[in-house]
Amino acid sequence: MLEIKNLYVKAGEKEILRGLNLSVGKGEVHVILGPNGSGKSTLMNVIMGHPKYEITSGEIFFEGEDLTALKTFERARRGIFLSFQTPEEIPGITVENMLRTAKQAISGEKIKILQFRKELRAIMSELKINPEYASRYMNVGFSGGEKKRNEILQLLVLNPKLALLDETDSGLDVDAVEIVSGGVAKFHNENNSCVIITHNAQILKHLPVNRAHIFLSGRIVKSGGAELVSEVSEHGYAPYEVES
Amino acid sequence: MKKNYIQDIERALYDVRDEDKSIYKSDAGLTEEIIRDISARKKDPPWMLEFRLKSLEVYKKIELPIWGPDISELNMNEIVTYVKPNAKQVNDWSQVPEEIKKTFDRLGIPDAEKKSLAGVGAQYDSEVVYHSIKKRLTDQGVVYTDMETALVEHEDIVREYFMTLVPPKDHKFAALHGAVWSGGSFVYVPAGVDVKIPLQSYFRLNAAGAGQFEHTLIIVEPGAKLHFIEGCSAPRYNVTNLHAGCVELFVKEGARLRYSTIENWSRNMMNLNTKRALVEKNALVEWVSGSFGSHVSMLYPCSVLHGEGARCEFTGVTFAGKGQNLDTGAIVIHAAAKTSANINTRTISKSGGAATYRSAVKVTKNAPFAKCSVNCESLMLDDKSRSDTLPVMDIEGDEADIGHEAKIGRISEEAVFYLMARGISEEEARAMIVRGFVEPIAKELPLEYAVEMNNLINLELEGQL
Ligand SMILES: Nc1ncnc2c1ncn2[C@@H]1O[C@H](COP(=O)(O)OP(=O)(O)OP(=O)(O)O)[C@@H](O)[C@H]1O
Ligand SMILES: [Mg+2]
Repeated sequence: MLEIKNLYVKAGEKEILRGLNLSVGKGEVHVILGPNGSGKSTLMNVIMGHPKYEITSGEIFFEGEDLTALKTFERARRGIFLSFQTPEEIPGITVENMLRTAKQAISGEKIKILQFRKELRAIMSELKINPEYASRYMNVGFSGGEKKRNEILQLLVLNPKLALLDETDSGLDVDAVEIVSGGVAKFHNENNSCVIITHNAQILKHLPVNRAHIFLSGRIVKSGGAELVSEVSEHGYAPYEVES
Repeated sequence: MKKNYIQDIERALYDVRDEDKSIYKSDAGLTEEIIRDISARKKDPPWMLEFRLKSLEVYKKIELPIWGPDISELNMNEIVTYVKPNAKQVNDWSQVPEEIKKTFDRLGIPDAEKKSLAGVGAQYDSEVVYHSIKKRLTDQGVVYTDMETALVEHEDIVREYFMTLVPPKDHKFAALHGAVWSGGSFVYVPAGVDVKIPLQSYFRLNAAGAGQFEHTLIIVEPGAKLHFIEGCSAPRYNVTNLHAGCVELFVKEGARLRYSTIENWSRNMMNLNTKRALVEKNALVEWVSGSFGSHVSMLYPCSVLHGEGARCEFTGVTFAGKGQNLDTGAIVIHAAAKTSANINTRTISKSGGAATYRSAVKVTKNAPFAKCSVNCESLMLDDKSRSDTLPVMDIEGDEADIGHEAKIGRISEEAVFYLMARGISEEEARAMIVRGFVEPIAKELPLEYAVEMNNLINLELEGQL
């Protein structure tokens, strides 16, 4: 589904990704573990086509199509979704209005207001989000945890093929992690894939992790099964630094 | 509201006027003869003629304002060319500029209405709609009519209030207005009457000769309530390019008046409009004001909080595109104790347009415990455009509580990226952000205006990328 080959990326003069390789198959769940500042969010942003980052070499393919030629919204319409580490606040645009616009843009079909409202309400209640939030402006004045939950709401509404989750679990209380994790589990099936960046294993509880990757200084230095997650939480990243 | 149209152009009406045109041609400046002639055509009572002539005297003495946007394009020696009643009204659809026709199409305005809006003269039959409302209103003692009729049927009221709040000596264009005013709306709401439906002057201004120096006079007696909607949101095209209207609002004790307007003049217009409200004890005036079109605008609705506990809410949006210099804002004068005001504005500039927010808040010595909060935000859509905020505060009263917040910014590229990451195209993402920026204002507008404002914003943003 997602195929990244030998990717090098710069932001301004700073080289952030250095020869990154990643291959995610249909139906798979991948976890990326890496220290702060190693370039994990950069990778997510590059897959989404953020204009701040320049690809100096390497390739990104999604379902066999070269992504780098596509604009951000085209990538989203192909079925890629990014749950942002720090979601933007957008004054004046309600959650409901934005999501309906997004869903229409992605599906290419007009969606009836009332029908959409019903659908949205149902998902909100599953995520234990107060229905009032539908008419609040996007992330404006939301707490850190509320923003994250709102990202999962969007994930479930837009139902993409590939979900990129950038620390969606950080800053959440125990119950919220459970809700978010349940939301991702509900989303996941054999036809879609997840790439999850996380610093703790909690979010993975309900998910069948296929692969875990250790991410250091702009590339993946070790890949393995779910066991890597507990390895890292016990020993940190130091053991892998030698390998890099 | 259902609208009715009469397609036929009343030829005779225009033909008569055409004949008169030549009279003015040789006159360079504004003369007593011209004023007398206007007055005679309008069948003014003698006091009004006198009023006009006095205004003319004042007009000749006052200089043009030396601050604000450049209005030197106005040739004051040729002022009479702006004044000729109706002479330059287009009477052929084919003469209406393409750009304006396109706007009408995009706004989805029906043909008959387009012609009416363009001032072509296909008369909009507001009478039919108007009469049905009128019955209910008159039963309550409400008067809603054009100024000319008011001058005949309610002469005493008009005489008592007319240009007492905006006296001709106020500034040059007020004086000009006093001399040559024509058309406009008159509303009188008796004490305690709650006018439940908003009154609209939607197309009244397209009546012959109006729309340039129209006068609006609204009196809301104690405890009464009114929502008045003025203007229209499609560009009104006039070949003559000066608009110097005047609005006077009298809001008596405990009364409430909401005055909503979207001004969207054609791009050749100098819009120098004067609007003022006198707000008595515990009364409330709410302004909702949108400025879109025109070449140059100077517009600062003023609220004089004259009685204890008087309040003002001002909500405004201004959008300046290519070739436009829109200088807008609000004035509040706290002249009594415990008066309060809220000013909330959004200005947008793009493609080299200039938008200035200018406000003056004055708290007099007689106004202890005044409260005023100003929030003005500006959005510049590109590097060529300009935005300024010029708030002036003059506080003499004790214990004043004054807050001011100003922001000038650009569209957040991160926000654009966020929306695009949700599948929304770049163009739509930017439009959404701009609409979101004006949303606090849009939600104050009557629905049809909010929709048209959104359409206008989309129009303005088209071709932006
Ligand atoms: N636009 C940019 N310009 C310059 N440097 C940048 C830019 N974006 C990211 N960086 C730098 O690149 C490095 C990687 O940042 P990134 O946000 O990808 O890290 P991360 O692995 O997601 O970290 P964390 O775990 O803290 O979220 C950091 O040192 C960061 O400062
Ligand atoms: Mg990060």
